[in-house]
Amino acid sequence: MNARRSLGGIGGNMMAWGYALIILGPMIWILSNSFKRQIDILMGTTIAPVTLSNYQQIIDSRQSQFLWNLWNSAVVSVTATFFVMVIATVAAFTLARLQPPRWVTFILLGWALVFHMLPTLTFVGSWYVMFTSAGLHGTYTALILAQIVQGLPMALFLMIGFVMNIPRELVQAARLDGCTYGQVFRHLILPLSMGGMAAAGALTFISAWSDFAVALNLSNKDTMTAPVAIATFAQEHQILYGQMAAASMLSMLPALAFIMFGQRFVVRGLLAGAVK
Amino acid sequence: MAIRPLDAVRIERANLWWRIGSLAPAVIILAALSIWPVFNLAYLSLADVQWASGAAVVEFVGWRNFHELFTGEPVFWAGVRNTIVFAICAVTLQMIFGFTMALAVRRASKLGRNVLTAIFLLPIVIPPIVIGAMWRLLLGRDFGMVNFIFASVGLPQIDWLGDPQFALMSVIIVDVWHWTPFVFLLTLAGLESLDQEVFDAAKLDVKNRWQELRYVTIPLMMPTILVTLAFRMILSFKVFDEIYLLTGGGPGTATEVINFSINRVFFAQDRVGMGSAMSLVTIIGVAAMIVCANLVVGRRRKQRTEA
Repeated sequence: MNARRSLGGIGGNMMAWGYALIILGPMIWILSNSFKRQIDILMGTTIAPVTLSNYQQIIDSRQSQFLWNLWNSAVVSVTATFFVMVIATVAAFTLARLQPPRWVTFILLGWALVFHMLPTLTFVGSWYVMFTSAGLHGTYTALILAQIVQGLPMALFLMIGFVMNIPRELVQAARLDGCTYGQVFRHLILPLSMGGMAAAGALTFISAWSDFAVALNLSNKDTMTAPVAIATFAQEHQILYGQMAAASMLSMLPALAFIMFGQRFVVRGLLAGAVK
Repeated sequence: MAIRPLDAVRIERANLWWRIGSLAPAVIILAALSIWPVFNLAYLSLADVQWASGAAVVEFVGWRNFHELFTGEPVFWAGVRNTIVFAICAVTLQMIFGFTMALAVRRASKLGRNVLTAIFLLPIVIPPIVIGAMWRLLLGRDFGMVNFIFASVGLPQIDWLGDPQFALMSVIIVDVWHWTPFVFLLTLAGLESLDQEVFDAAKLDVKNRWQELRYVTIPLMMPTILVTLAFRMILSFKVFDEIYLLTGGGPGTATEVINFSINRVFFAQDRVGMGSAMSLVTIIGVAAMIVCANLVVGRRRKQRTEA
């Protein structure tokens, strides 16, 4: 029994590690392509001379403004994440602990859930019309607003979950000591939900950074974000595989940083968000 | 310390402001940018919109867009069909692979699980457009890695993304690659949260691992499995980025999905009225599925807590 169990365990583990290889294989392949010359990629040369020219090309050639695209992505996703976290955290405290009227909670959270699951593209057209009429098409403001509303539902659900974990008694005790809700929030809820905010913030940032559908249609040449720039690489007459790979690698960096330094928070956010 | 009456009034007033003020930003953002757009779509879907120097000129045309959509837009309906096939196939495969691996890894060492988690997080957190770019290079007909491997073991060369027979399958494979790790992490967390005592108690009754799986683990995991299945399927209606780079909806309509039709009609063809009609029909359809899924899941949860 015991021997069979461990044998089955080994077989299953092999499957999981095999899958890990299937994930890593393409990543390593594209990493190596980003250091190859176009001719070596096309010839399928496995061991080719290493070159940094792809990175040089996309970073400081005249035709490419990929660094600028990365900067745009950073501006949009950092700003949107900041606003989402502020809005979601204060609302979460009220929704989780201050018993607003039930219909308020029901409508707000019910719609947030539905909106979160609806395809983004069904809203982009309407945003386009709205922002164009308001003269905001192609501005950071338009991109940031779209990212805020997209990130808000998930952040709201996550923060409510985290605030719920703070004992009710602590809030009651603070109230008895004469604190206003604002003070309870600042001195109690905020410090105690820092871990949760890190998790929700990481997730919000990752999805804003990855956004393509919105930026494709709401940005212009000056505000184009990194994912849109990568897509344009693929549509040029002659696809520059090496540069496309290099651009992909650069735009993966924030995600890699999160996995290395904040794995705990990302996993926590992902799981908490999925079960709700 | 006693609270003076005056303080009590001041605190009450501050608290009222806090309750309103803390919810207001979230409500305003959601109302202005997610609820208003739905009404806006409903309005635009009954109109024909022309752009004149950056301003929309709206002409009311009644039900014409909807009539055309239901009678004369075969590409959209091909997209609906493909999206449904895509959602069912991809999510089913993700569930099978993800759950099987989670069962296997459950008893692995802590270090092993942490390393696996780090690797499995990769596809989930990198931008989907990068996944599209990556697999486009991998599945390319002439220079792709997959055909290179096929050639070296004597298998035929396949035009993965350009052949209508294979294109949808290729897109499904990429999506399975993308989201199986997520199902894995989710079901692994579910398995780890199960009460170990149940398994200890069941040891007396079950003869082997298969029976344990069949009569203990799967019934206990059923809520997690159902929720994941329902919501992953609905979420896969969002698919756009990867397909944009992999096939662009082609060849023909082989990998056309709903989001592609909407994007093309709205932005490439500038048919705002028809695009709005398509968006609205999609919103209503998907929202109905979300409500149904919630009712089913909610009822099951209720039954469990009552039992």
